[in-house]
Amino acid sequence: MAGRAQPVTPWPGIGAASLVAALILGTLATVALRAETGGGFNPADWAALRFTLVQATLSALFSAALAVPVARALARRRFPGRRALIALLGAPFILPIIVAILGLLQVFGRAGWISDLLGTVGLPPIQIYGLHGVVLAHVFFNLPLATRLILQGWQEIPAERFRLAAQLGCGGMAMFRLIELPMLRRILPGVLAVVFAICLTSFAVALTLGGGPRATTIELAIYQAFTYDFNLGRAALLSAVQLALTTFAALAALKFSRGDGFGAGLNRAIRRWDGGTPVLDTLWILAATAFLLLPLASVVISGVLGVFEMPILVFQAALTSILVAVASTAILLLLALPMATAIATGRTGIVELSGILGLAASPLVIGTGLFVLIRPLANPTDLALPVTALVNAVMALPFALRILVPAARDTVDRHGRLALSLNMNNHTFFTRILLPRLRPQIGFAAGLTAALSMGDLGVIALFADARIATLPLQIYRLMGAYQMQAAAGGALLLLILSMGAFWILDRGGRWHAEA
Amino acid sequence: MLKLDDCTIANGDFLLRADFQIMSGASVAIIGPSGAGKSTLLETIAGFRDLSNGQISWNGQTLTPLSPGERPLAMLFQDGNLFPHLDAAQNVALGLRPNGRLSDADRQQVEAALCRVGLPEMGARKPAELSGGQQSRVALARILVQKRDILLLDEPFAALGPALKAEMLDLVADLVAETRTTLLMVSHDPRDAHRITGQTVLVADQIAHPPAATAQLFENPPPALRDYLG
Repeated sequence: MAGRAQPVTPWPGIGAASLVAALILGTLATVALRAETGGGFNPADWAALRFTLVQATLSALFSAALAVPVARALARRRFPGRRALIALLGAPFILPIIVAILGLLQVFGRAGWISDLLGTVGLPPIQIYGLHGVVLAHVFFNLPLATRLILQGWQEIPAERFRLAAQLGCGGMAMFRLIELPMLRRILPGVLAVVFAICLTSFAVALTLGGGPRATTIELAIYQAFTYDFNLGRAALLSAVQLALTTFAALAALKFSRGDGFGAGLNRAIRRWDGGTPVLDTLWILAATAFLLLPLASVVISGVLGVFEMPILVFQAALTSILVAVASTAILLLLALPMATAIATGRTGIVELSGILGLAASPLVIGTGLFVLIRPLANPTDLALPVTALVNAVMALPFALRILVPAARDTVDRHGRLALSLNMNNHTFFTRILLPRLRPQIGFAAGLTAALSMGDLGVIALFADARIATLPLQIYRLMGAYQMQAAAGGALLLLILSMGAFWILDRGGRWHAEA
Repeated sequence: MLKLDDCTIANGDFLLRADFQIMSGASVAIIGPSGAGKSTLLETIAGFRDLSNGQISWNGQTLTPLSPGERPLAMLFQDGNLFPHLDAAQNVALGLRPNGRLSDADRQQVEAALCRVGLPEMGARKPAELSGGQQSRVALARILVQKRDILLLDEPFAALGPALKAEMLDLVADLVAETRTTLLMVSHDPRDAHRITGQTVLVADQIAHPPAATAQLFENPPPALRDYLG
């Protein structure tokens, strides 16, 4: 309500939002000013643009197409472990990309399990590098997300509809056309748009499984222009293109998608009367589970063996990663809590906008801009870790706001009047009411941020020199040096650190929290 | 004396006029059809809504420019009268010190208030560990330590059963009599009005009518009240 008194001031949130907007737009402007006007696009840039669009389109199509039967199977079957499996579908969001890639290489790579199997019957091994490798990794990450989104659509169909259709004697196909197809038509555009947008900014996957003139994304091309040629003008031009793409995709994803992938209520299996074929559903569930679990199991097994081969560098890198994750989480909370508070009191404009900006921003574009800005003042390499922590926090911001805002709004709505009538001041309301009430959400958001930051392989690759490394970068370097055992050990350590950080913070938030 | 001087409350299409006064120490029920604006009237007096015209004053002092917490009144809402993460004593203490820093004297006052509403030794319980009636008592204990001149009740006991509700209203009647507090209470149940209040304000047809003696009002109801009572 306009002009209505609020129990807490929006100004710190507006300040934080302005900082975020200044960082994203300022680095963008810096990059744009550097872009050479006459340079234009060379053939390699066109190839990068084409590859970016092709791989994102294919990744979106495969993820969504495979997610439909998996979600359908999960929606209509009850079995032991169903809850755990649905929870597992949320895990790739915080799974470090480098860990998944190592696992995918061990399963699908040249020397992987499947190639070995093919070898025993005299077939040549699989080639994982290139377009299909990139798409495979993207499907690995986005099939679970797509499945959760579609499953949510299934769960939202009222059970009465299924009962009515069963009463009318609809069989499997008829029920699909009558009830499920309309739902899919509503949900799928959003799913495709979200996966497409995520894959556009793919960097670590393209860095490890792509590369070469025929499999370079724009994000990777920015990195190469930066590190190989040190051609800032070209990096800037590519950054501008990337920003246009991501903005477009983020807007499309926001337009088509509703709700978030973490949604509640996924644990209910709808009672169905169309029978269907349990065999087919079972196969889909088993295949999806194997696809997700085998690479992870492989990393765990080889990691246990590799633990004893890890050089001391890995432990130093792990310590660095923990520090970056802690700093990143702290920065995130300093930004997100005031911003969520401001949005909850109805100051939506600029604050929500800068929250959304983070979805469109590409970490390498921010990184490039910061590099250009810092260079006249200091050696950017010296600031690699603070910059990484800052960029990771900004990247996690849109997700954190999605988690925090509904609870903050609820708290202000439910307790705001009482606080006002008690003459409670802004500061007291924030510390004594808002923060304790939001503790579960704060823990969840902090856990996500810590895990994302711990596993991030992005800006750090841009800034770091040989002296410093975070754990993901160190693993990447070990892989590049073909020290696969040590890399696997590091990957296991990273997996434990990421998941552990998430678990501790999420649990800590919910510990003794009242409903 | 609480004076509503030529007041107009507007919110979109909604309009309510009020022009009357209530004597200090009176107990007044506010009844009327749902949607007529009973809660809106209370929220406006409490300062949660702005007047589009007119003045509200208490004993000659205008309340209009004051924020809700600065007005000499305390209010109980339909729900959300306690903070669920704070225990009963902390919730009561908020009425004394919103920032939570208590002196020993403050603590004794909180404990005394909890005793007065019949909850000795319950200070360490959180709202979830209390029954609905006990939660209402904690909220009333907070009202006691707030020591405001006016108490506004926006059907805070609506979720309780009939017997429990009557018990709470009797407790409220005792407390306002002891502390000489002016009571304004929204209700949709005429029996509540009979039970503890001498006067009744009828809110209907976009007007909050001046208070009339409850007994006479119900004996000889005007057309709007007759429609409501059915």
